[in-house]
This record gives sequence, structure tokens and C-alpha cells, in this order.
Amino acid sequence: MGTITVGIADLKVGKADDVLVTYALGSCVGICLYDAEKKIAGLAHIMLPLSKDAAAASKSTPENRRRYADTGITELIQEMSLAGATTKNLTAKIAGGAQMFTSSSAVFNIGERNVEAVKKMLAAYRIRIIAEETGLNYGRTVFFHADTGIMEVRAATKETKMV
Amino acid sequence: MAITNIEELQAMHLDVLKEIGNIGSGNAASALSTMLNCPIDISVPDVRLLNFDDAVNFLGGPENVAIGMLVNITGDITGMMLYVIQHSCASRMTEAVFGMGIEDITNMNEMEVSFIGEVGNIMSASYINAIASLTNMMIDISVPNMCVDMAGAILSVPAVSFAQVGDKVLLIDDSFIIGGNEVKSNMILVPEMRSLEYLFNKLGVNI
Repeated sequence: MGTITVGIADLKVGKADDVLVTYALGSCVGICLYDAEKKIAGLAHIMLPLSKDAAAASKSTPENRRRYADTGITELIQEMSLAGATTKNLTAKIAGGAQMFTSSSAVFNIGERNVEAVKKMLAAYRIRIIAEETGLNYGRTVFFHADTGIMEVRAATKETKMV
Repeated sequence: MAITNIEELQAMHLDVLKEIGNIGSGNAASALSTMLNCPIDISVPDVRLLNFDDAVNFLGGPENVAIGMLVNITGDITGMMLYVIQHSCASRMTEAVFGMGIEDITNMNEMEVSFIGEVGNIMSASYINAIASLTNMMIDISVPNMCVDMAGAILSVPAVSFAQVGDKVLLIDDSFIIGGNEVKSNMILVPEMRSLEYLFNKLGVNI
């Protein structure tokens, strides 16, 4: 069994008894995609909603594609199908998108916009969201178990949830 | 040349920011010393340009629970400033004032919250005053917004603003000595790039 760490603006694919982990999601969103039949799991950690908002010069690098909900999800699906997953069999579990600081300023509400963009993108790929631990005001660490498809969500002051 | 990416900052620019950090820390130490009613020594702050992961590790790792205080900067320059204070440091400060440390930062009482909020207020105002008085600019800051959570999640807030321009954050590492004990806190500056340019221009530094 291997623990695979997914950094910020990063994505990874795991199989069998791998555990994918991404630490301390604040306003960022962790997207866990799973092919239950083949037991292939993918996890992306996106920071921002839409790649079209990026400065033109910095668009095409891999880090940048993984930074945004739209391009990040597309790349995750591609990586998973390269690993043998069937896109139409994928289901999604998502976590994060919290509002860490309370203020009316737009940048503070980025979590909500991230979740919205992720949902739109998953809907466009016809991937059903079967579990969601999003919003509110606290950070979350996500462990995604490739053998079971269970998403384990840990927070500083909350009970660990298995969904 | 315009700065389009924070990674383009040179050693000289960092030195300028270090000097601002130095003056800010000095202001902060004397204000804190008055508030805590005890002598406070400071050493020259360390200013670093770190990528996100290194900055998070600097703050004790992604899941380390710390206190973050965020202020919005508006006026002649715009940006954000995040002040991060660790449990041990916050506890030393309350010990100095109330004779009692903080047991659990995720469950602080009203007095502790208000005190730590005031420390954040003093720290951010001291830095901003240093910048404003050096450059003769008008700068306003919002009241700090406090969040006690995983360091990675806290830092992701300014990191998201940074994501548009570069992946580095500007971190000022302060060491204070309170009652013979060294405590560390960190100020993370997230200026808008155009503001940084404006700031250097005001200081007569070529960019």
C-alpha cells in the first residue's frame, strides 16, 4: 500500500490499496473520482474556478491547468482513463471550498465559487457527485482510499468523517 | 521594467522589504511592549520569498493548527497581509499579561480572542505604518479577521490571490524575546504586483 500525496494545484491517480491524500484544503476543493469496477481512484486539488480568468501568459503550463477547476478536472479524467478507468463509470466525492475568513470581499468567497465551478464541470462530464463535504468555515484534509472509494475527511476541531 | 511576477524580485528588492520589515517589527515590538507591559527584544527579521509548500512547512506543516489574522490593504497600494501566530507564542503573550497561557487555541475564551486580535491589529498596523511613513503613501487596513485552523488552509487564502501572479509568498519571520523566551511569529505579505511596483518607485528603487 502506498500513500500518495497530492499537493496544491496538483493531481494524482492511484490503484488497488493506494491512499491518495491532500492536506489542509481551505477555499480549495479536493475532487475524488472513482471507478468502482476497476478500483482506480483520482484526486485533484484545485485552487481557483476557471482557467479563462488566468493571465494569458501563464495559461498553458501543467501547474496552471491543475490550478483551475475546469482544466484540472479535464486533466484528472484524462489521467484516469490512461490508467484504465472508464469515464462513464466514474463517480465523484468532493470536499473543501470553505470560507476561512469572514468578509464580504470577493476573494474571500472563492471557496463557494470553486465548489460551483467543480459541480458545473462534473455535470458537463455527466459524473455524479455521491458525497460532498464542502463550504462552512474550516480546513479539511482528505484521504481517498483506492480499494474502497471511501473519502475520509479530517478537520482540526471536527470528528473525522468517512463518506 | 514592470514586475509581472513576484519571482522577478531581486536580492536588492528583498533587502528593501527586509528593511521595511525591520522598521515594522521595531514599531510592533515597542507597541507590544507597552501593551504587555514588559520589555520585548527583537532580532532583525528574516524576509524570504518562499513557494507555497515551503511557506506551509515554515509555519509548522499543513495540518499544524495556528492562529491566522488577515487584513485587507487598500489606498495607494492594495493587497493582503496575513499574520500567523503559533500556539506557543500566543500563550507566552497571554502569560505575560494575564499570568496564564492559552490551553487550546481552537477553543479560546472571549478575553483571549480579543487580546490576540489586538496583537494582530498592532502587528499589521505597525508594518503598514512603516511602509506608509517611508513612502509617504496613504494606506488603510481593515480590522483583522481571525481564523484558527490548519496552517495550510489558512495560507491557501493569500495563496489563492497569489495564484494569479506567481507561486511565491513573501514571508517575514519575526523573533521576539518576551520574558527571556524567544517567540516567533510570521507576517505574510501579499501585495498586488502593481502596488509592489509603485512601492519600489516611491522608494526610488529601480525595478
